[in-house]
Amino acid sequence: MTDRALSVVRAGALTTVQDLGRPGHAHLGVPRSGALDGPAHRLANRLVGNPATAATLETTLTGCAVRPRTATTVAVTGAACPVTVDGRPVPWGAPVHVPAGAVLELGAATHGVRCYLACAGGITVEPVLGSRATDLLSGLGPEPLADGTVLPLGSPYGPPAAADAAPLAGAAAELVLPFLPGPRDAWFTADGLRTLTTGRFRVSAASNRIGLRTEGPALERARDGELPSEGMPLGALQVPPNGLPVLFLHDHPTTGGYPVVGVVPERFLAPAAQATPGTPIRFARIGRRPGRAAHPG
Amino acid sequence: MTGGTAGAAADGAERLPLTALPVGDHGVLIELTRAADVEALHAEVLRRAAAGTLPAVREVVPAARTVFLDGLADPRALAAELADWRIPPLTSGDRPAVEIAVHYDGPDLAEVAALWGVTPDEVVRLHSGARFRVAFCGFAPGFGYLTGLPERLHVPRRATPRTRVPVGSVGLAGPYTGVYPRSSPGGWQLIGRTDAVLWDPRREPAALLAPGTPVRFVPVDAPVPAPRTPRAGAAPARPDRTTEESAR
Repeated sequence: MTDRALSVVRAGALTTVQDLGRPGHAHLGVPRSGALDGPAHRLANRLVGNPATAATLETTLTGCAVRPRTATTVAVTGAACPVTVDGRPVPWGAPVHVPAGAVLELGAATHGVRCYLACAGGITVEPVLGSRATDLLSGLGPEPLADGTVLPLGSPYGPPAAADAAPLAGAAAELVLPFLPGPRDAWFTADGLRTLTTGRFRVSAASNRIGLRTEGPALERARDGELPSEGMPLGALQVPPNGLPVLFLHDHPTTGGYPVVGVVPERFLAPAAQATPGTPIRFARIGRRPGRAAHPG
Repeated sequence: MTGGTAGAAADGAERLPLTALPVGDHGVLIELTRAADVEALHAEVLRRAAAGTLPAVREVVPAARTVFLDGLADPRALAAELADWRIPPLTSGDRPAVEIAVHYDGPDLAEVAALWGVTPDEVVRLHSGARFRVAFCGFAPGFGYLTGLPERLHVPRRATPRTRVPVGSVGLAGPYTGVYPRSSPGGWQLIGRTDAVLWDPRREPAALLAPGTPVRFVPVDAPVPAPRTPRAGAAPARPDRTTEESAR
């Protein structure tokens, strides 16, 4: 039987198909999209023998339940959560065999926000512009999962990578966001810039895949008005008129007219994907090494 | 080469006055002193990328006053080099224009005519007579910001944006003309609509209008059918979608 697919028993609050996204199309207004917690997505794929490009499921807070039609190997990474097969507990962060027709359930996250569920062979919905990722800003890629959705699975790639260590997901008590200032830090007063690095900010419940919103003190502007729209990078700390920075995540708009006070390098973004609403945030200014990438300093 | 900051050479190539701002650890935002230079710099970036003389780059995003390059291994080196680039002026007519057939029957046609101080028929004549170019894209996949109208024909956005602008609507805002690639909220002054498919991710290329594309609007005289419902494949509203840019 070649009916490689899984059906969705419980979609959860927001579960989407994600991969490494569709970079290279920002000039057409297409966001990068892709898994918010890249390391967790890659690890889940490695655990079941998939390449990093294979599509996984990204859940949000409440997990999901799926029923594979054929026996398959799966792995759950990212946020910590109870994992069961037909009600029996199975390991998180390790390859798990799921018999045909059994229900694999990811419970509510106990630490963190987003789990990644990889199945051997990956989710093989039709790619759009080279990616299977759901982009919630522009509507590209498959719809978010609904109860009853059926998703095709690819053929397994081969045995999983040997002895991969899954770090236990731990949502930190504090979200530290190292940033490089600019390009529009001159739009803020010295006090405003000090507020960014010394103010008490928290993760807002209004955060989503487009941006992590913050609650806290407003950054004081040195200039009023808006910029003519300009290109926006992943990790931008864009400051709208209310003065509260928004950290641009993978579904962010490709252009915008509010000033970007600083940019969080991509390698520091995964913890932002796992920070629950209310988590304290510390913005830590870092320096540029001459001619090379930035380093925490 | 003549004197001055721009330094034009005999072939018209010149150094453009610009500022390079660092963006994170792999990006550079190039801000042009003269807005009119953005398209020339963007064209030069694409020329160098095609010729293999530009370092590997993931994104090249032109906008109103800037060109943003991201995914560079060494953005500082490129930023230092930019000031010495000799950039030829934009040539027109080197590419055939994309022609977009328009029913000039938009709900704001009379208002635009009043703002321009002409009749609605004259709006059609002036708009379809202009030569446009896609300055940049944004807001939604396939939405191009087209320049080409003279400054006296620039109009403000509507005071109150519409909650729903039909797919294919042709609108004006500030210096720009745009065509809505799908139904969405919007605050542009709508002068017409087209059946052209602006965006189809199953098509190659997906976007009818990419930065740099020359465009002409051609009036359709045929009887006008009733407005259509959104195409299959047009993205439905999603609860997670931001509205920050939706009225642009």
